[in-house]
Parts: sequence; C-alpha cells; structure tokens
Amino acid sequence: MNRRLGWFLAGGLLVAMLLAGVVSSFASSSPDGLDDTARAGCTFGPDDEITGGTCMLQQEREHQLGDSPLADYGIRGIGNEHLSTGLSGILGVMLTFAIGGGLFWLVRRRPAEGTGDREREGAGPA
Amino acid sequence: MDVTAMHIANGIVNGQVSAVFAVVAAIALAFCVLRSRADLDDRLAPMAGLVAAFIFAVQMLNFQVLPGVSGHLLGGALAVVLVGPWVGALCVATVLIVQCLLFADGGLTALGLNITNMALLGAAAGYLLVAVLLRVLPKTARGVAVATFVASVVSVVVASQGFVLQYWMGGTTELSLGTIAAAMAGVHTLIGIGEGLIAATTVATVVRVRPDLVYALRRFRTATAQPIGVPA
Repeated sequence: MNRRLGWFLAGGLLVAMLLAGVVSSFASSSPDGLDDTARAGCTFGPDDEITGGTCMLQQEREHQLGDSPLADYGIRGIGNEHLSTGLSGILGVMLTFAIGGGLFWLVRRRPAEGTGDREREGAGPA
Repeated sequence: MDVTAMHIANGIVNGQVSAVFAVVAAIALAFCVLRSRADLDDRLAPMAGLVAAFIFAVQMLNFQVLPGVSGHLLGGALAVVLVGPWVGALCVATVLIVQCLLFADGGLTALGLNITNMALLGAAAGYLLVAVLLRVLPKTARGVAVATFVASVVSVVVASQGFVLQYWMGGTTELSLGTIAAAMAGVHTLIGIGEGLIAATTVATVVRVRPDLVYALRRFRTATAQPIGVPA
C-alpha cells in the first residue's frame, strides 16, 4: 500500500467520521420506510404507544442485545443526545473499518509466498 | 423518540423463516468470501474497509422522504461500483453485523433476513444494472454516476421486496400482502432516489480523485474503451 492510498483512506475515514459524528445530529428522526410500513394499520397515542388496530409493530420483540453499551446509536452514560449519538457514530466508523478492513486484509490474495511481504509491513488497515 | 430500529426487528417474521434465511445468508456470504479473494489485493482490502465504514456512517443519516417518513442509504449499489460484487456484498453485510451486534439495530434473529435483503439482493441487483449500464454509458465520472444512480434506485426497491417475500413466507400478522408490497415499493422508490443521489455523488468524487480505485472502471467490461476520469 503506497502513501497516496494511505492519504485517500485517511481522508475517506475523516469524511465518514464527520458524517457519523456531526451530521448525524441533523438526521431525520421520523420512522424510516420499513418502520413506517410496520406501523401502518395501528393508531398511536401521544407517547407513541399503540392504541389500536393491527400492524406488524405489535409483534416486534426486544433486541437480544438491547442493553449493550452502544445500543440505539448512543453511548450509555452520556446524557447529551448529540454527543452520545456523535461519539457512538465515530466509534462505529472506526470499529467497522477495523473489523471489515481487518477481515478483508486477512482473506486478501497475497503476492507469491515469502516474497515482498516485509516490504509492505505497516500496510495493514488497522 | 430517538432513532432506533432501521432494519427488520425481531418478531416481525417468524422463527422458522428467519432461521432459513440465516442459513441462506451464511452460505451466500461464504461463497462471496471465496469469490472475493480474486479481487482482494493489497489495494482493494483497505479500500473495502473504508467502503464499509462509509456505509455505516451514511446509514445513520436518515433523510425525510414524506411527511413523517424518512429513509437512509442501504449501500449495495455504491459498494458494488467501488469494490465489486463479492466484496461489495461483504461490505454491506459487515455493516449489518456491526449494527446488530454492537448497536442493537436489526434483530439478532432477523440478521439473516436483513443480510439477504440489503447485502445480497441489494448488491446483486446493483451489480447487474451497473454491469449492463456501463456497456452503454461512457466510463467517465458522469457515466459512472448515472449508472450508480439508476442501480441504487432499483437495488433499494428490490431489497424492499425481499422483505415482502419474507413477510409472505413467515409474517406474524394478518395484513394484506398487496398493501405491504405497494407501501414498501412506493416509499423505497423515494428512498432509492435519495440513496442514488448520495451514491452517485460519492462515486463521482472518487472517480475524479482516484479513478484507479473504482472497481467498476477497472474490471467491468464495456463495449467501447473510453478514457478514464475525463469529466464529461
């Protein structure tokens, strides 16, 4: 991996962290397309609780990992919603890059065995 | 309430059908890993990590499509254009797995359903369209952007109909399938247009900065050889 690629990756990651860390605070909080379809057929009270009708949402079960420290794009213990969402987003970008990039690096096609690998040291994505 | 579920939650589709799709997703992802090795070299591997991280970030950015309804990018078409079909599907799957396991988004039981729709169907539909369109369109920033836009719209609608199929097989409520199919297709056409704009802008930017990193320009066959990266 050459230096130009390194700069491109760093720039791309910076953009991703800005999007997940800052722009995410301005994202719409309305239900998304799937969620909206899941709510169709039910009526909702002032606290968004189901008050009647039939809809998919009624069958929704809790997430098995619902009390993980990053659940629902926040960091448990941080009260400020923007800060909590933003930091969890930045963490998510770094984790996704590390896990995804790491796995892709492991399964990548290598140059002929025993040659050249040393020259590329430090080229790992993590 | 704050942003919570963006993907299929637990309980919407029954356990048996969810399990079937978990197996389908696992087999398909294993196949993708095998096929991806031919594409993954020292340059593409870190690039694929960046694509996954970028999709994670952009999936957090819900945009309004109708009053009270939002949507977010799924990323299948974008990933396919930048890193190819096999690695692209794996990028989206990586995002979904991270979201499910660490951010409690998309049910654990429903992970196979979500991977099938967004990673497998989304990438497959996106790949087929881009491959066909790039035989006609010039391999310029604008040509690739147009192909990415069209492929994004279609791949999002196809992914939404994947859910309709799963709901038909194992939905846990008695609702009209036709109504659900129409509602999902309608709103996801709008979401697809939003995704198409984001994905096309992203791809056009990468083509201008580093055309050599765009898989669709390097590996997809086209009818006519065009100069790469010349702004049209």
